[in-house]
Amino acid sequence: MPVLEIDNIRKSFGKTEVLKGISFSLNKGEVLSIIGSSGSGKTTLLRCLNFLEFADSGTISVNGETIFDGENAKKLTDSEIRQNRLHFGLVFQSFNLFPQYSVLKNVMLAPTLLKRGTAEEIESKARALIDRVGLTEKSANYPCQLSGGQQQRVAIARALALEPDILCFDEPTSALDPELTGEVLKVIKGLKNTDSTMIVVTHEMEFAKNVSDKVLFMADGVVEEYGTPEEVFGNPKSEKTKSFLNKSLEAF
Amino acid sequence: MVSVVFKALCEGFIVTLQIFGLTLLGALPLGLIIAFGSMSRFLPLKALVKTIVWIIRGTPLMLQLIVIYYGPGLVFGNNVWGGGNGRMTAVLVAFIINYSCYFSEIYRGGIESISKGQSEAGQVLGMTKSQIFFKIILLQVVKRIIPPMSNEIITLVKDTSLARIIAVYELIWAGQSFIKGAGIIWPLFCTAIFYLAFCGILTILFGFIEKKLNYFS
Ligand SMILES: Nc1ncnc2c1ncn2[C@@H]1O[C@H](COP(=O)(O)OP(=O)(O)OP(=O)(O)O)[C@@H](O)[C@H]1O
Ligand SMILES: [Mg+2]
Repeated sequence: MPVLEIDNIRKSFGKTEVLKGISFSLNKGEVLSIIGSSGSGKTTLLRCLNFLEFADSGTISVNGETIFDGENAKKLTDSEIRQNRLHFGLVFQSFNLFPQYSVLKNVMLAPTLLKRGTAEEIESKARALIDRVGLTEKSANYPCQLSGGQQQRVAIARALALEPDILCFDEPTSALDPELTGEVLKVIKGLKNTDSTMIVVTHEMEFAKNVSDKVLFMADGVVEEYGTPEEVFGNPKSEKTKSFLNKSLEAF
Repeated sequence: MVSVVFKALCEGFIVTLQIFGLTLLGALPLGLIIAFGSMSRFLPLKALVKTIVWIIRGTPLMLQLIVIYYGPGLVFGNNVWGGGNGRMTAVLVAFIINYSCYFSEIYRGGIESISKGQSEAGQVLGMTKSQIFFKIILLQVVKRIIPPMSNEIITLVKDTSLARIIAVYELIWAGQSFIKGAGIIWPLFCTAIFYLAFCGILTILFGFIEKKLNYFS
């Protein structure tokens, strides 16, 4: 059974339809890269999954349970929305760490507020996550004392602390200097072996090609191409995909 | 003479301090409530609050004091506020309304200056609206509004002298009373020392808080 099933998600802002019926499914432990040109709706899709926006229609199911249905989205209470959100985690392009808390506190805050165990349990788990993203020495530092790459790794640890079923990344490296993207991508790659399911919106074609199990090419709010990296990069079916791939290869 | 003057000025200064302290006590929380009103998505409430803030900020505090103290009497035909303590109550009502409107705009500016990403990060982590406000947003707002707040609070120290207009015995009146009573003007000049010293202390205090919050940015 797929961990995530998305069926015919549509979303408009005013008169502009940004998502025009997105459907795909993802198995547990798979890494999906979403590629596509600017404005194609990638961020909007992730925001719909995380309930920061509400799709106008379509359904989202996690582990076979429908957690969102455009038909009765209005009826969801605040606490149901919060509950549903916890199936997903989101790592933002701009990190959005909480500046007044140390690295350790940033990771501990949500599990503490959500009462996910005793203070000791939460702390030792947070420290383990900080180790995993390679920031053991920085756990007492504040976000303003860290490089962009380090901040993004903290953001990843913070998202992992709630053990989401599916972790989403929205261009996690595009706010970083080129020499810092590597360390963040390495951490994401490292998560792959821990059977976390991940959705990564990215412009890093090498990452999409080498790390992901599935690649989804989005254009103008529709799924233009979906398949394994070999299929999408090696043998694209649609003209749009071909020209997008050519353009992004030229850029390098 | 000097000790008589000093004693009188101290008495006046205590009233000044009372106006100052009680105004802050009322206006700091009320300002936050007004700020939420002016950011409300319920448009009639938002319009109402914005109109009130416009009226209060658009007219002199001195006029508001007079209207609040004498106005009810004109309508109800007797002095609603009563004598001695009533004047003080009227002063506090006027000051708290006036200052909470100014504070509300400072709060609003502060809250709106925090990037949306902060509250979205909290939402994605399953926090409730109040957890997001109190655990994430509030301290960042406090840090940002300390400079404009300290400005406004130091203005309040000197605005307390307006209470004299409805015959509340505060510092200025205490000094001024010696002109009529004893024919001397220097006690009035000496009131400046009290204002200066108090504002000096507040400046140091705000500087200290600002430094305390310097650990993040
Ligand atoms: N809140 C909003 N209100 C109105 N329009 C919006 C809103 N959010 C996004 N859009 C529009 O939706 C379209 C898709 O935006 P989205 O951010 O999802 O694109 P994207 O694929 O993530 O692009 P990029 O690669 O530049 O991040 C854009 O045309 C954008 O202007
Ligand atoms: Mg985007």
